[in-house]
Amino acid sequence: MTTTALATTALATIDANEAVARVAYRLSEVMAIYPITPATPMGESADAWAAAGRPNLWGTVPVVEEMQSEAGAAGVVHGALQSGALTTTFTASQGLLLMIPNLYKIAGELTAAVIHVASRALATSALSIFGDHSDVMATRGTGCALISSASVQEAGDFAAIATAATLQCRLPFLHWFDGFRTSHEIQRVALLDDGDLRQLIPQPLVEAHRARGLSPDRPVLRGTSQNPDLAFQAREAVNPTTEAAPAAVQAAMDHFAALTGRAYRLFDYHGAADAERVLVLMGSGCETAQETVDALMARGERVGVLKVRLFRPWSSEALVAALPNSVRALAVLDRCKEPGSGGEPLYLDVLNALHEAWPGERPTLVGGRYGLASKEFTPAMVKAVLDHLKQDAPLNHFTVGIDDDLTHHSLPVDGRFDTEADTVFRAIVYGLGSDGTVGANKNAIKIIGDATGLEVQGYFVYDSKKSGSVTVSHLRFGPQPIHSTYLIRRAQLIACHHWDFLDSFELLDAALPGGTLLLNSPWGAEGTWERLPERVQRQIIAKDLAVQAIDASRLARELGLGPAINTLMQTCFFALAGVMPLEQGLEAIRAAIRHSYGRKGERIVAANLAAVDAALRELKPVPRGPIQAADRPPVGPLAGAASWVRELIQPQLERQGDRLSVSALPADGSFPCGTARWEKRNIAESIPVWDPEVCVQCAKCVLVCPHAVIRAKAYDPALLAAAPASFRSTNARDHHLAGQAFSLQVAAEDCTGCGLCVEVCPARNRTEPRLKAINMAPQRPLREQERSNWDFFLQLPEADRQALDLRHINQQQLQQPLFEFSGACAGCGETPYIKLATQLFGDRMVVANATGCSSIYGGSLPTTPWSANGEGRGPAWSNSLFEDNAEFGLGFRLGFDQRKATAERLLRELSAPGGNGEASAPPPAVPPALAEGLLTADQSDEAGIFEQRQRVEALKRQLNAHSQADTDPRLATLLNLADDLVKRSVWMIGGDGWAYDIGFGGLDHVFASDHDVNILVLDTEVYSNTGGQMSKATPMGAVAKFASGGKPAAKKDLGLIAMTYGNVYVASVAMGAKDEHTLRAFLEAESYPGPSLILAYSHCIAHGIDMAKGLQQQRLAVDSGRWLLYRHDPRRLERGESPLVVDSRAPTVPLAEAMATENRFRMLGMSQPERSRELTRAAQENVARRWDLYQRLAEQEP
Amino acid sequence: MSRIDLRTSWLGLPLASPLVVGACAPLSADPERLPLLAEHGAAAVVLHSLFLEQVERDWLEWEHHQQHGSQSHPESLSYQPSVDPAHLGLDGYLQEIETARRRVDIPILASLNGLRPGHWAEAARAIEQAGASALELNLYSVPTDPRLPGAEIEAQHVAIVHAVGAAVALPLAIKPSSSYTNLAHMAAQFQAAGARGLVLFNRFYQPDIDIETLEIRPNPLLSTAADLRAPLRWIALLEGRLELELAASGGVESGTDVVRLLMVGARITQVVSSLLRHGPGHLRQLENELRAWLEAHGHSSLKELRGCMSQRRSPDPEEFERAQYMRALGSYAQQGPW
Repeated sequence: MTTTALATTALATIDANEAVARVAYRLSEVMAIYPITPATPMGESADAWAAAGRPNLWGTVPVVEEMQSEAGAAGVVHGALQSGALTTTFTASQGLLLMIPNLYKIAGELTAAVIHVASRALATSALSIFGDHSDVMATRGTGCALISSASVQEAGDFAAIATAATLQCRLPFLHWFDGFRTSHEIQRVALLDDGDLRQLIPQPLVEAHRARGLSPDRPVLRGTSQNPDLAFQAREAVNPTTEAAPAAVQAAMDHFAALTGRAYRLFDYHGAADAERVLVLMGSGCETAQETVDALMARGERVGVLKVRLFRPWSSEALVAALPNSVRALAVLDRCKEPGSGGEPLYLDVLNALHEAWPGERPTLVGGRYGLASKEFTPAMVKAVLDHLKQDAPLNHFTVGIDDDLTHHSLPVDGRFDTEADTVFRAIVYGLGSDGTVGANKNAIKIIGDATGLEVQGYFVYDSKKSGSVTVSHLRFGPQPIHSTYLIRRAQLIACHHWDFLDSFELLDAALPGGTLLLNSPWGAEGTWERLPERVQRQIIAKDLAVQAIDASRLARELGLGPAINTLMQTCFFALAGVMPLEQGLEAIRAAIRHSYGRKGERIVAANLAAVDAALRELKPVPRGPIQAADRPPVGPLAGAASWVRELIQPQLERQGDRLSVSALPADGSFPCGTARWEKRNIAESIPVWDPEVCVQCAKCVLVCPHAVIRAKAYDPALLAAAPASFRSTNARDHHLAGQAFSLQVAAEDCTGCGLCVEVCPARNRTEPRLKAINMAPQRPLREQERSNWDFFLQLPEADRQALDLRHINQQQLQQPLFEFSGACAGCGETPYIKLATQLFGDRMVVANATGCSSIYGGSLPTTPWSANGEGRGPAWSNSLFEDNAEFGLGFRLGFDQRKATAERLLRELSAPGGNGEASAPPPAVPPALAEGLLTADQSDEAGIFEQRQRVEALKRQLNAHSQADTDPRLATLLNLADDLVKRSVWMIGGDGWAYDIGFGGLDHVFASDHDVNILVLDTEVYSNTGGQMSKATPMGAVAKFASGGKPAAKKDLGLIAMTYGNVYVASVAMGAKDEHTLRAFLEAESYPGPSLILAYSHCIAHGIDMAKGLQQQRLAVDSGRWLLYRHDPRRLERGESPLVVDSRAPTVPLAEAMATENRFRMLGMSQPERSRELTRAAQENVARRWDLYQRLAEQEP
Repeated sequence: MSRIDLRTSWLGLPLASPLVVGACAPLSADPERLPLLAEHGAAAVVLHSLFLEQVERDWLEWEHHQQHGSQSHPESLSYQPSVDPAHLGLDGYLQEIETARRRVDIPILASLNGLRPGHWAEAARAIEQAGASALELNLYSVPTDPRLPGAEIEAQHVAIVHAVGAAVALPLAIKPSSSYTNLAHMAAQFQAAGARGLVLFNRFYQPDIDIETLEIRPNPLLSTAADLRAPLRWIALLEGRLELELAASGGVESGTDVVRLLMVGARITQVVSSLLRHGPGHLRQLENELRAWLEAHGHSSLKELRGCMSQRRSPDPEEFERAQYMRALGSYAQQGPW
């Protein structure tokens, strides 16, 4: 039976998220989902399948419901389970934490369910999206069963086994696997077909689960409130269920083995039967440990690895039974950290198991931490731990994989140790995000896996930038199962798809001697050698690498493929890798092209087929020449940077961050600001070039630049004496700036080349109307010149803030931005708003930033965009969580208010006349006039702020002087709090996912609180950061992830909700539609002494638009009435006016016409045209209704 | 009025009247509009054109949005959901044909539009299978390459008709531009290549410019009664000279316009601009005006009328050629400011 099953098993090359989703989908009736990395793709698959009408195992289409948070999803899971439905969800990290209260309930009620977790680190001093077991370990107390899979194959298998077991034993299961390392790793796996699942999941157990559901036909009460007399006993009543669970899991595993031939145990031991040293661990590290153990055994070492599958309920007996009696020393590795504990969780459980169940003399036991936040875990590290066990008194509570030079817990690792067999072909491919490299590699893996029967593995590393990011594909092919769950360290083939990488980092460190280097070279095979950096030339010669080059970017353009070099480079890969006969590989590529592009038109097919031939024709060996090229600086001009930048930032930029030791890092997560300026990324092909003759100096380009790379300054013309020859300048046109010179300067090396500036420029060259005052030109020839110009520009004085009339964009934009060069997408619609806020208020601004795009481009290392001005002042920024940002920001406000209140109290006390008012009494520490000035200061404009700062400086001088003679402790306290007397501008910034969904409860509370806070909602109408999932801000009729069939409900009117409180300033703005309105709203919101909400329409890559036209899309949203411009200012009531002013005109463009310009709306027409027409009609009616409502509200007498 | 027989035929399809809705997306892209058109008396509808180049562009755009920004950041490996664009391009058009056939009983004609030879024949075959009653080939091109001789373009157009004609049994109409050097010769070639009818004429989008912002303005203009003259003249010139059936397109505003076109030899008149201006009810008005004119002039059917004013049969055949121009302009000199 087993043999038959195996012979007919279908194989697929997929990642673990898909493997798990394929099983979970078929075994569920209700799926409550919420996006969170790295679990999101499971929910996305489920949503897409449900939208396509794919049935589950019982023939019905599961309902897939996105909730407002993971807490909401858990509530739905709990409720659906109580109704007797087979229910699941997918989550990770903070999402799992939000589910914990429900997990206690679900487990307490003995409810069969499986929750699939792509395990991920928890945010502590920093957020990490990467994998470790911190999240799952936080659920240990819930009573859920915890089962861990270690590979893609196991993840799919355990999804099924856990479902069988939960129905049998009635404990809910958390099935987890390592985020990214397993969730995103591609392997060829055996699929479970419906027949397998039907046999594995006994129908009577399903019926029993359903029968336990609540029903008014047989009512029961669950969730009672119990008194001390009963509650304890009730908790103990679950004991038999818990105790029986391990056996139920083993039974399910055995049943599964009988069906599929793949056998698992609660604790799987792999290694020498007479092993003396054994490693115990969970998750993907088991695979690397197994590979290492095999290699060490081949050398005669007596070692083994115990893979923990079922972590809860814990079975000490099963663990002890699984270990060979010969064990003398055990090392337990935990992929998490519990500071201050007696040891990490798995260690403590193993310790307890040995204590309770080991027969005879117990082996030595030590615990250690490894692999936190996807830190690499390599065979060398496994060996280091096993070697360490040879010591008589091995170090306990060690770490492996890092250099702990602070507390000296880390084990030394010999990085030279390698276990990979020569029969495994390994390739590392470096590409630029979106250039098709990753997609091509995924295709290659599938083709090779399907055609050759070779085992395959693909793992993809991305960086933290959303534009111009580097992707690194790690590909393995071999005749034996691949257990290498670590990055390739030695490769036969290195491919570099982007020439500039050769300058940026050490590509060839991983090249095996005699290997191959494949280059996408703009210089062709003949011109390549002399342009290679010298160190690369030396490595090529030292390692005797064959170098092959192709100018794929040029060929792709010539073939009409645009920037897509994927087919060309994929063909080159097949030609050079030699893992399958070339002709066979080429046929497979051609078949894939016909399959992928078949219905997209003959030209697209023909161009890609031509690319295959062109690649074969144009790929040429690069002849070696003499070592000659001068080495270029490795990364950016960091020479002028502070030492901490060179020590902390530079290694990260060179992709050598793993080498930083513990002592190099701040323990509390505080990092210096303004580091993005050091990372000269040079990612733009073209940059804007200013034409002073045509320019009208409106500064719209400065306003909209998402990366703050276009700046304007007005300055004394005498300063031009020192300007570089190519520096451009003209006379300032604004009469307020009469007599000054004006320059617009571009930071060429920081520009992303998005083109928004050109699109927004209103000035055309009258004689050559295709040109504007700003025109794109190739960056490379301008790079050096503009670097000097930028440096000169930076040292020109900043504008006098007090002299600017902030009502006008052209003057306001002379303010220095304190948010620059972020990692946001090219053409981002969010960042111009943030930048504007920093220009206006940055020097007194404190930002609470909700997790999401803005926290990622705003706070991701290696470099960050929030910066300070010349006086060292700038926005102080912090990110708490996704769900609590409003509360977090309110905490800022309350804290600052208290500090200020204390300072003011001390000011009053210390400025009061001493003694009893006698003439001989000593003068007060603070002159009364100064105190009076500080206490009554008008800080409503820049001049007021400036004067208050002057007073604060005077106060500090006074206090410092006075403290020489006076020991009153209040002096020191006031000195410490003096800066709090300057207005603090508290901002809560986040996206619509935060404000409309997960954080709405807190936001709503802040509306009602009446505290002076400013809330900036960057409304992209989807969860942008996780790839475009529907939020309640998503407009009707838009297709989004989790709304593949189009969103049927109208967008939530958050502004209207806020207005109902009466005390909230609300503005709805769209910079692309009316920039001065945006500016006015920001100024009003900040000046309003209560809660202010700014809803800022932010075009987004997830809308499916040409990002260069983002501002036009904003205008269309307003012109079609889909987005209204308005300001609701309660202060107007005092003047007897309606608080609401609608600032946009009645809709002038039919909604359908505007919607047709964005792919998110068009997609529905392409998939379900009738539904699209219905929703478009309904949306148009909504627009009319909403317009009428707002008109009425605006006209209302107060 | 009801005794008057408005029946005619076009490309072998019997029609209840000569009032046919011409190809235009706002009129026929939404299948819910088709019953409305039929109710108001459309004898047939030519569906909006499938622009073959647009199909390719749509796919490229689809592909672009699928890929744009993807595989770049670990949290957002894509930005678009996995949706099957089953209605994109040709597939969508075929489904529109099928939906249209289900919704209305009147003949549904398809329209193909393109610049290059491409895969016209393949698309035509699919359209035939989807159940279109006939096919109109919209030969749309504004050649600007100074090295490209007109003869080459003409040969290409004929080759397209030939390729489609060989691929399908569907009756074919050609909707050419009026800008051939010798339209009569082209018409003969289209006929030889397999065309059964000629729709005169294809209108090109003529952009405008904004002299303040220095931008091109798409600003499409609807046709007016003045646009009737070109089809009127050319139908009159071609009627009876070839076996091709003739149809008029452009400038039909009133029932008497229909009468004029029928008189010069049109079998049908395609209506678009006046429907966009006045709504679907205008069809019934045209029909009523046509009936009223016929009745007032003692006609009981269209047969008696058709072609009576063609060049072949008109009392002044030379008036359709060139002298008319001089005389007509000459009249200005005796009026107004002159």
